[in-house]
Amino acid sequence: MLKYTIRRLLGMIPMLILISIVVFTLAKLMPGDSLSGEIDPLNTNPEYIAEMREKLGYNEPLPVQYFDWITGFLQGDFGKSTRFKVPVADVIIEKIPNTLFLGVMSLLITYILAFLMGMYSGRKPYTIGDNAIAGVNYIMLAIPSFVAAVFAIYFFSFHLNWFPFGGSVDILVEEGTLDYWFSRLHHVLLPALVLGAMSTASYTQFLRNDIIENSRKDFVRTARAKGTPLKKIYNVHILRNSIIPLVTFLGFDFAALIGGAIITETIFTYPGIGQLFLDSVTSRDYPTLMALTMLLSFLTLAGNLIADILYGIVDPRIRLD
Amino acid sequence: MTGNYTTKKTTPLLQVRNLQTGFKIDRKFYNAVENVSFNVDRKQIVGIVGESGCGKSVMSLSIMQLLPNGIGKIRGGEIDFEGLNISELSDKKMNKIRGKEISMIFQEPMTSLNPVFTIGYQIEEVILNHESISKKEARLRSIALLKSVGIPRADKIVNEYPHQLSGGMRQRVMIAMAIACQPKLLIADEPTTALDVTVQAQILELLKDIQETNDMSIILITHDLGVVAEICDEVIVMYAGKIVEKATVDELFNNPKHPYTDLLMKAIPKMDEDVEKLATIDGLVPSIINMPQIGCRFANRCPKAMPECLTVTPQLGEVEPQHEAACLLYDESWPAGEERQREGVPVL
Repeated sequence: MLKYTIRRLLGMIPMLILISIVVFTLAKLMPGDSLSGEIDPLNTNPEYIAEMREKLGYNEPLPVQYFDWITGFLQGDFGKSTRFKVPVADVIIEKIPNTLFLGVMSLLITYILAFLMGMYSGRKPYTIGDNAIAGVNYIMLAIPSFVAAVFAIYFFSFHLNWFPFGGSVDILVEEGTLDYWFSRLHHVLLPALVLGAMSTASYTQFLRNDIIENSRKDFVRTARAKGTPLKKIYNVHILRNSIIPLVTFLGFDFAALIGGAIITETIFTYPGIGQLFLDSVTSRDYPTLMALTMLLSFLTLAGNLIADILYGIVDPRIRLD
Repeated sequence: MTGNYTTKKTTPLLQVRNLQTGFKIDRKFYNAVENVSFNVDRKQIVGIVGESGCGKSVMSLSIMQLLPNGIGKIRGGEIDFEGLNISELSDKKMNKIRGKEISMIFQEPMTSLNPVFTIGYQIEEVILNHESISKKEARLRSIALLKSVGIPRADKIVNEYPHQLSGGMRQRVMIAMAIACQPKLLIADEPTTALDVTVQAQILELLKDIQETNDMSIILITHDLGVVAEICDEVIVMYAGKIVEKATVDELFNNPKHPYTDLLMKAIPKMDEDVEKLATIDGLVPSIINMPQIGCRFANRCPKAMPECLTVTPQLGEVEPQHEAACLLYDESWPAGEERQREGVPVL
């Protein structure tokens, strides 16, 4: 397992180099640059601007600029955010806890809902309940998250006043107190519900189909012949088999956990990675944008690796070495 | 109807009476097993033979009530196990019988075990389903069971997964699981079909040994007459959902009555005969959707068929002591059969 992991990690290196070239090129291809964010905004003297452009390396050939960026990146220097004037790493690290909190909450909601619905549907396929679950799931899947988020804010925050409109915490509460954590939970709940409840479809339907398929397998008949109660057959024998393909999704989820939800975070003005990403695009904060894209690429690769390792754990037929 | 030689003895372990099992196809029920009656005595091995699709497996699944839910259904008859009609038991009550009183092994050892649980877990499960002992004791029992079915390194195998074992080994595991609670009846549904010939013999020998030591009865479902000859006491020949012949093993092999049985016997390749082409029975078993409602179901393939065979349904009746067959040729009440026999047409 360790050997396999190391081999896979080494295999990521060429992939990441390629990604970095693409990310850098795309950033450079975009119209405009972040020069204006790095110079004195009050000095409009063309000579000053030309001098700064030369000094900051904007006139160097692209390969040289790439090389400068990537060497700094490898040494842990992600550059300076042209918007916040602080190192990119600081900006990102500041946002990660919020996003992680939202990600974990929404994922928990997805898992709980999807497992309950999937197991019910799988056990009673083609019934009214199953069809209702499928209907609700597909409607949720079809509704764009920005529509759902706006409606959720309108009903639950504006009309019912159950949840705050946005932000991650009430500014009046003192940090570290119980009230503070309670307030954070209160703020995260609505975006988490929107995110979590909207994305149950794939898990639910996948689990349902796999349970139906497995319930026709010979080993189920064997378990029945042993006198195992039907409930235990579904909850142990079949479920344990049906979890295996779901591990694939888990890999994607891992990247989403830190990558954040761009649209939902923006609508709820929830200060996380997703919102930072969008703001970096609109304010041409390319160092932050490139660092974030690299981070997401790495997380996706890492998520796939984690999924593959998990396969080896949940499925005894797969041995990694 | 049924011969009275069985009723003279003590009550049989299993009595199947007029069993009818049907399948729902396009909202209509079709019978896959019709009016099947037979007994299994204690310590007896009963073989059930017939072509694919003749209802053997459906019948055995009916006894265990393991028919596919919502599709297969017992539509009539009784299944008495030790005097209790188990065909009407709830699933919960049936769970107390499955694995403990009656257990079953299947044709496909490769897929019959759950791939993600260890061998040990799967054997312990049946013990823990029926007995209140600790997991540790169950583990020791399962190691002992694996040893008793001839699995080497049993203490290691309990921690291994099914895919790490060969087909023969898996079938041994299935047998260990089936005998874990010392059931009174074992239903073996083509236990050797998926295995290669040398392993087949070992598994049969193992079954026979266990049957003797545990005083168990076995219903052995097979289409291999060689297997039947080797270990069975009594044989039931089924065709298209019905019993066509029933006799002790010696009687059946020495003196087959029903033309179908006779043709089955002839289809066994002989070692001492050099033939270009193996004997076959032409045609197919009628599918359950267009099963003839009257007449003999074998008539369209039967070389001895008479015109009456298409209009009169033959009943199972005694033709010799301890030998029953369902064929008009032996039905004394049917003049045509009598006539034919009188005319000196060789019966078989």
